[in-house]
Amino acid sequence: MNVSDIAMVASSVLLVLGSLLTLIAAIGVTRFPDLLARMHAATKPQVLGLVLMMAGLALALGTSQVTWKLTLVVLFQLITAPVSAHMVGRAGYRTGKVRSDLLVVDELTDDLRAAREEADR
Amino acid sequence: MRAGGPRTWLEKFPMVLWLTALWVLFWGELSLANVLVGVLIGLFVMTVMPMPRIGFEGRVSVIGTAILLGKFAVDVAMASVQVAGQALRFGRDPHGAVIRVPLRGHSDLFLTLTAVLCSLVPGSIIVEAHRLSGTLYVHILDVPTVGGVEKAKADVLAQERRVLYALATDADIAEAGLPPRPWKRSRGNRPNAASAVDNGRPTDGEGTVTR
Repeated sequence: MNVSDIAMVASSVLLVLGSLLTLIAAIGVTRFPDLLARMHAATKPQVLGLVLMMAGLALALGTSQVTWKLTLVVLFQLITAPVSAHMVGRAGYRTGKVRSDLLVVDELTDDLRAAREEADR
Repeated sequence: MRAGGPRTWLEKFPMVLWLTALWVLFWGELSLANVLVGVLIGLFVMTVMPMPRIGFEGRVSVIGTAILLGKFAVDVAMASVQVAGQALRFGRDPHGAVIRVPLRGHSDLFLTLTAVLCSLVPGSIIVEAHRLSGTLYVHILDVPTVGGVEKAKADVLAQERRVLYALATDADIAEAGLPPRPWKRSRGNRPNAASAVDNGRPTDGEGTVTR
């Protein structure tokens, strides 16, 4: 077994693992009960899944130019994923799409109500 | 760095360099024409869409950054498996929570970095960030997996501590009520403010952070 064989096996393992995580994320999106829980599934296993897949691709293709581009893909995913998760979560909260009854503790709703009462006074 | 001063060309330089590097990478070929066009586009973007100043006044610690990134990689991997387990455990819905975490630092940059890193670790999303009081509202996917609400809050604060240890100045760390960096403590630069709060949160709940 030479070096390129080992790289092929490693990249296959990484690609399969990455796809698996993305599949599980999709299952999570359909299965979780409310918006915020779905956001977790939609944004997070994605990140590691994408990192694994890009690493697998970089190993399989093995040229430095492509590796740089794949690194950029991961970098931009890391920068944008929290922003989109935050914006959806925040919008959901403000438009009342979050089911407070499913939460064990909800300190934001408490604080928002307190702030509103403060403003009314 | 002076706050509020006019933006000089020198300050724009790193951003233009980064945009040029991106442009060249997108074309995939390092040629004179690509670099020239990249510089022009970088300058154009910086002029038409100027970014707000962040003003980094910190001190980068190599050990702190290594700890921050290492712990982050471990967190992402472990938490991904946890969230995947949650998704596959049919018949049991996760018990989420939205918790309020008043951070100890006083800087927008460190607030943002803590929020971004917490968001990237699976199982927690920043729902709301209150800049004036330095408070994050974090949604936890499943409270029992994390080990309780208090543990989740402690995790966020630990994340902030690692950010501060990686990038903040000693004065900032002392102001946040944290002990100085552990690997620096032996040298005896122990500020006296550090004794008040050690491993917990500030004792008086909201509104502790002033600006």
